[in-house]
Amino acid sequence: MRRSNVIDNVDWFLVGLYLLLMLFGWLNIYAAVYNEEFQSIFDTSQRYGKQLLWIGTAALLASVILFIDERFFATFGYLIYGVIILLLITVILVGAETKGATSWFAIGGFKIQPSEFSKFATNLALAKYLSTINIRLDRLKTKLTAAAIIGLPALLILLQNDTGSALVYGAFIFVLYREGLSGNFLLIGLFAAVLFVITLLLQDVTLALPFELTLSGANLLIIILFILLTSIYFASRQKKKITIWLSMILIASVGLIKSVDYVFSNVLEPHQSKRINVLLGIESDPQGAGYNVNQSLIAIGSGGFSGKGYLEGTQTKYDFVPEQSTDFIFCTIGEEWGFIGSFLIVALFMTFLLRILFLCSRQRSAFARIYGYGVAAIFFFHFAINIGMTIGLAPVIGIPLPFFSYGGSSLWGFTILLFVFIKMDADRLEVL
Amino acid sequence: MKKQLESRRFVIAAIFLAVGFIYILRLFYVQVLDDHYKLDADNNVLRRIVKYPARGLIYDRNGELLVFNEAAYDLMVTPKQIQEPFDTFAFCKLIEIEKEAFIEKLEKAKKYSRYKASIFEKEISAKGYAKIQEQLFNYPGFFVQTRTLRSYPEQTAAHVLGYVGEVNAKKVADDPYYKSGDQLGISGIEKSYEEALRGKRGVERVLVDVFNREKGKFMDGAYDSSAISGSKLQLTLDADLQHYGELLMQNKKGSIVAIEPETGEILALISAPTYDPNLLVGRARSLNYKKLTQDTLNPLFNRAIMAKYPPGSTFKSINALIGMQEDVLSPNTYYSCNQGYYFAGRKMGCHAHRSPVNLVYSIETSCNAYYCNVFRSIIEKYPTAAEGYLAWREYVTKFGLGQQTGIDIPNELEGFVPGTDYYDRYYGEGRWKALTILSLAIGQGELGFTPLQMANMTATIANRGYSISPHLVKAVADQPIALTDTNLQRRETGIAKEHFKEVVEAMAKVVKQGTGTLARLDSVVVCGKTGTVQNPQGDDHSTFIAFAPKEDPKIALSVYVENGVWGSRWAAPIAGLLVEKYLNDTIAENRKWIEKKMLEGVLIANTAEEDETE
Repeated sequence: MRRSNVIDNVDWFLVGLYLLLMLFGWLNIYAAVYNEEFQSIFDTSQRYGKQLLWIGTAALLASVILFIDERFFATFGYLIYGVIILLLITVILVGAETKGATSWFAIGGFKIQPSEFSKFATNLALAKYLSTINIRLDRLKTKLTAAAIIGLPALLILLQNDTGSALVYGAFIFVLYREGLSGNFLLIGLFAAVLFVITLLLQDVTLALPFELTLSGANLLIIILFILLTSIYFASRQKKKITIWLSMILIASVGLIKSVDYVFSNVLEPHQSKRINVLLGIESDPQGAGYNVNQSLIAIGSGGFSGKGYLEGTQTKYDFVPEQSTDFIFCTIGEEWGFIGSFLIVALFMTFLLRILFLCSRQRSAFARIYGYGVAAIFFFHFAINIGMTIGLAPVIGIPLPFFSYGGSSLWGFTILLFVFIKMDADRLEVL
Repeated sequence: MKKQLESRRFVIAAIFLAVGFIYILRLFYVQVLDDHYKLDADNNVLRRIVKYPARGLIYDRNGELLVFNEAAYDLMVTPKQIQEPFDTFAFCKLIEIEKEAFIEKLEKAKKYSRYKASIFEKEISAKGYAKIQEQLFNYPGFFVQTRTLRSYPEQTAAHVLGYVGEVNAKKVADDPYYKSGDQLGISGIEKSYEEALRGKRGVERVLVDVFNREKGKFMDGAYDSSAISGSKLQLTLDADLQHYGELLMQNKKGSIVAIEPETGEILALISAPTYDPNLLVGRARSLNYKKLTQDTLNPLFNRAIMAKYPPGSTFKSINALIGMQEDVLSPNTYYSCNQGYYFAGRKMGCHAHRSPVNLVYSIETSCNAYYCNVFRSIIEKYPTAAEGYLAWREYVTKFGLGQQTGIDIPNELEGFVPGTDYYDRYYGEGRWKALTILSLAIGQGELGFTPLQMANMTATIANRGYSISPHLVKAVADQPIALTDTNLQRRETGIAKEHFKEVVEAMAKVVKQGTGTLARLDSVVVCGKTGTVQNPQGDDHSTFIAFAPKEDPKIALSVYVENGVWGSRWAAPIAGLLVEKYLNDTIAENRKWIEKKMLEGVLIANTAEEDETE
């Protein structure tokens, strides 16, 4: 009796958005690799042909998930997480290397990337852990455990040399925030990021002072910060209460400012620091690190208001934009569909994300709700970074645009991530 | 607590929406407001391949080829396409350059673009090209692009033809037609007829990817255009006459301009010393150009249109005509001459001849005193000297003197006939009179005319009162210029035709039995007038104007030979030889000695020796 209700209870609006995004995605992969010689859409020697195969199997996967009992995920949450962690370790040992990253299992002609599935597994484990009775995020132990669940796969992926995919785990900050992490963490994170950027921008600034003294940009920043905090102190009525906070902020900031240089030149890879410099406009290198972004902006910008028309894009078609069917797929949209198309895609993603947030709010179980926020956070992070980098608003971090970028693993991973939540939502009434 | 956390979903939603909103704003800016990405995109993907047209050929009036195009080969490189391992040693040996030069050139190309082709080595000869072409497939990234260079088979008329060079940055900025690296005419005909000669560039638009691989024609070639060759020019020059004149003027400084009086067509325009136009072509141009500019004889200076010489006694014909038109002189006016003209205790000297003198004899014997009287009576006919002078000056300018003739090559100078303000400044207003400026009577003093103006003046006499604007191009693309060019004007002198009769008669006598007998031909009646131009810097200049035949003249010319002293000594025989060459095609046996003497004459000996000892 209840089984038949699954179909009725599925949020078809969200499923519809999923199908729409996937359809657009495929059309653009077809456009990005379109070649007059190979026009059959089923030609699996071409990327759009393969992607069609991935879409078919993803749909199959989605329907299977809809018929799995919702409790399966809650029960086996940790097990799935464990298996994925093992896979992540294995891939470091025996994985195939592509573009410097050893994050692939090569099976026959196809390649599987376990890190695309570990987002789902981590989300599942985190939701299971945070939904445990009597778990409160204001306890340090809870914070550390949650951080470990998130951090472990991220670390393993870092070891695979796939920094972009590892950064995605930062998205879970939204989940933690929603579940009770102090908002100060978001603010502190924001503050630290701003400080980091300002320090980088000031790194070549040196002030000449009287008496042959010089003041480096970093020290100038510290002085400004000190003056700022001191004035807050004197302006405040509860001097005693904030003294400790202000001092902590000052010490942490000085530590951060002083370590930026070290992190930048010793921790980050040269290509990573270069990308950050290019993004910040400190370095201009249109043929090198800035090339991708520059070409991407040219492609998107040349689309104009209404675009060049489907399959009429010249920038993406002729290989000016690298990684155009994967990380830079948005260029094809921007060029061929113009502002109308890019607006539509951004709006579609927004609707998609808000719909997930809406579904979250109607969940009765904490498990489903937390899992749902994780889904929204991961999709948002991918959306924001991927499109942001093509329009020069985010650093070039090679992560796919969900449902658009070519790739089976990511499509499967995103499908599983989403449909497990859709299944949870469909079964929400069963939860007591 | 729970309720409070519940509301955090709005914070999260707000962050999502904020990012979405910022992205839409950014996309709107990049795609709709900001244009420069569209331009970048066009450059990126649409490669304009310029099809260079062949520059127009130039012929002389008889169809003899003066300028044609020779193929030259530029070695191009696309740095990105160079493949390792690259055998630098063998490559350097192949194109005959040093390894250092190779590295430098490659760096320069890389600096320009790694993806676009640029010139690696300019203007390789056809022979070098043949050798390189066989081997070039071994070196991906290198290819050869053909261009054309001007070539001058007759090695003549350098000053008329001018030369072609690479367009400079300023021109590129000013004129959208030109792109960096284009060739254009820099002087002479090449410059003034640039638009006709350059033809029309064609453009082919091909789609290329970032590695410069062609991906086919843009819009199936709908926007392509093929190159249209430059128009063929036919000059008014007679190449044989031009060349012969250059030979006669060798080792001399000076100028010859010959005009067909009836049409204003310039038959020869010679500035000596001249140079081989082939020197200013191709790779050696800048080096040769520097050498020519440093030459003390200034071979690049086009004396025919830029040098100002006083006309000397040749100007007496003009004063005679003015006098007759002003009714102060008739063929029967006699003045006495006792070896000069005496006034206010001074003397304008003259040589020994019969006296008294009438008009015809005055020209024939070139009597100075006679023209002092004529000039004075013209000026003094009017109430004030200034009025008289202005009336006289009006006639002079109507002969095209002291102003640009409008010849169709650039850099023509105006020459100089002083205005009244000049004398006012010099002597004070109202403080000068005919006697003060008496040297104008015999063509000396401040007057300065170009050889071209003098030839035009001679043509005016030959036409008995009018001239047609002298010009060098007869037809553009087989369209006669006379039909289309509004610049070709008939200029009237305002002097009645009958007055010319006596002057022409006198000029015929000059050649027949006067000072210009070395220009006398048995077959044709030549009319002429010698002149000796006072030269404070050294020996006087020898000059001669002439036209022939006397009736229905076919050629009018002026000859200046610097430091040639008497007009009769160098200018007259050279003019005679040119007339004979043009009208009879050969030099009569009894005049061969004159030709030999002229050809062998050296008037720049001192300078030439200096050059050799350097």
